[in-house]
Amino acid sequence: MILDMHRFLEAARPVWRELERALDHLENDPDPQWDLARTEAFYRLYQQTSAHLAEVRHLTAERELRGYLEQLVARSYARIYVRGAERSRGRWWQWFTAAFPAAVRRHGKALTLSVALFLLGCMFGAVALRIDPTAKAALLPFGHGQTTPTERVKKEMEIRGRHISQARGRFSAELMTRNTRVAFFTLGLGMTFGLGTIVLLFYNGVILGAVALDYVVDGQSMFLLGWLLPHGSIEIPAILLAGQAGLVLGHALIGWGNRLPRRLRLRAILPDLVTMAGGVAVLLVWAGIIESFFSQYHEPVVPYALKIGFGVVEMGALTLFLTRGGANESSL
Amino acid sequence: MKALYNEAHLELRTPEGMEFTLPLAGPVSRMLALWIDLAVVMVAGMVIEKLMGVVAAFSADAAQGLTTILYFVVTMLYSILAEWLGQGQTVGKRLLRIRVMDRDGLPIHVSQIVVRNLLRPVDMLPAFYLLGGLVALASRRGQRVGDLAANTVVVRTRQLEPPDWRKLLAGKFNSMLEHPHLAARLRQRVAPELAGVALDALVRRDQLDDAARVELFRELADRFRGLVEFPAEGVEALSDEQYVRNTVEILFRSR
Repeated sequence: MILDMHRFLEAARPVWRELERALDHLENDPDPQWDLARTEAFYRLYQQTSAHLAEVRHLTAERELRGYLEQLVARSYARIYVRGAERSRGRWWQWFTAAFPAAVRRHGKALTLSVALFLLGCMFGAVALRIDPTAKAALLPFGHGQTTPTERVKKEMEIRGRHISQARGRFSAELMTRNTRVAFFTLGLGMTFGLGTIVLLFYNGVILGAVALDYVVDGQSMFLLGWLLPHGSIEIPAILLAGQAGLVLGHALIGWGNRLPRRLRLRAILPDLVTMAGGVAVLLVWAGIIESFFSQYHEPVVPYALKIGFGVVEMGALTLFLTRGGANESSL
Repeated sequence: MKALYNEAHLELRTPEGMEFTLPLAGPVSRMLALWIDLAVVMVAGMVIEKLMGVVAAFSADAAQGLTTILYFVVTMLYSILAEWLGQGQTVGKRLLRIRVMDRDGLPIHVSQIVVRNLLRPVDMLPAFYLLGGLVALASRRGQRVGDLAANTVVVRTRQLEPPDWRKLLAGKFNSMLEHPHLAARLRQRVAPELAGVALDALVRRDQLDDAARVELFRELADRFRGLVEFPAEGVEALSDEQYVRNTVEILFRSR
């Protein structure tokens, strides 16, 4: 088709001007409450402009015009074919109490794998330290390898939490932010087809297993439980949930048992990933507060029984929350 | 010197069958936008420190704790909130005229914004966004790791001004139409096959390399010139390609 450019522009320019006005309006007000007639008129303008683009697309001399029309079509397309809004997550409270546990349950296998990898790491850490006690400095972080558990317990009992009494707020904030970063990083490493997440889960397990064995062998099991359980009963599951999210991401990349294209598999899990990441962050805020304001106080300031009991209750509540939360809300 | 990065486009097709392209943002504009955003976060950090100076008068511990948390929140949430409220644009992206979009050319959803930003620490590995940069350079759509996970791309926002219509219409005058009797003779003498070849040559001109194109239009123009001779003053300034273009217009234009 040979185009009479004069006539073509004469007929088409008013349409483009009208479409531009409509687009400017839409881009300033994404939810304009248009009635049906106005929406249909906008769609007609888009169709007409698309047809004009089809007419000029082979006119290589008209690059500028083609670019202008492509831009109009692209902007209109983005407004017309907006994907349906993501399922409403409701209010914040409903999102945390219902959507979060529901998302965790939807990916139960990934959680099982996350726990298994962590436990495997724990066993490896404990066995490694048992076989080669000289590896303690290499296996244990935070200077734990430099002292015996008994020495540390003695020191803790002497200082009675005074070392952080003037800095509990800062300590708590540092714990929250550091743990949240670690959790998000564990999730993000799911993009290594899950391998990075697997390594981090296993490595965290190794550290815990080695620390636990060190204290148990040194006869400080009660101190260990009293120190770890109040915050660890939330913090450790939070890291496991982050690992679960990372494994979900890795699985979507690999696509075992799912014939959808990769981008559709990823698209399908995005809302759950966001929900799980948000839920994990909330749990870690709680764990950070408990670790700073409660875990660091030992006997005789706070009896071990109380600390252990508190940790067990937390763990039970978390289990109940994750298994039952949002169970009655089928739409989540 | 050959550029290391060639301009890439996102090719899309609407449900109506219309194909169009979106120009993808290059690595340099993305990096500059990132630096601007880092500067914004730094300024926010300084404001937080100043504000916490007031809180420190009451409790130094609370001030330090709040500073840690607020700085973390700002670094984590700045890009998320900015891209959400700015429809895919942070301050840096707005200044550099680039925008995050869905890979299908649609506006991005909140979950996509959150995931692409949650994965920034992975893109930063081992330092200075090296992994993300390399993945983006290797990716056909310039996607870093976070973009791949979230199905997003960063596109250049085009100039919105319409083209200069006067310039567009300039040079469109067909001098050969000034001689209707010669145009009519041309229509009579050109075989349909030759007309078809000329039309094809115009439609597919971009698929030809420069030398082949010049040669083809020279041959076609010579054939047409041999069939009907137009007055020299009307056609002598025309290139071979323009001569063929004018001829095709005469042949195919409805009278």
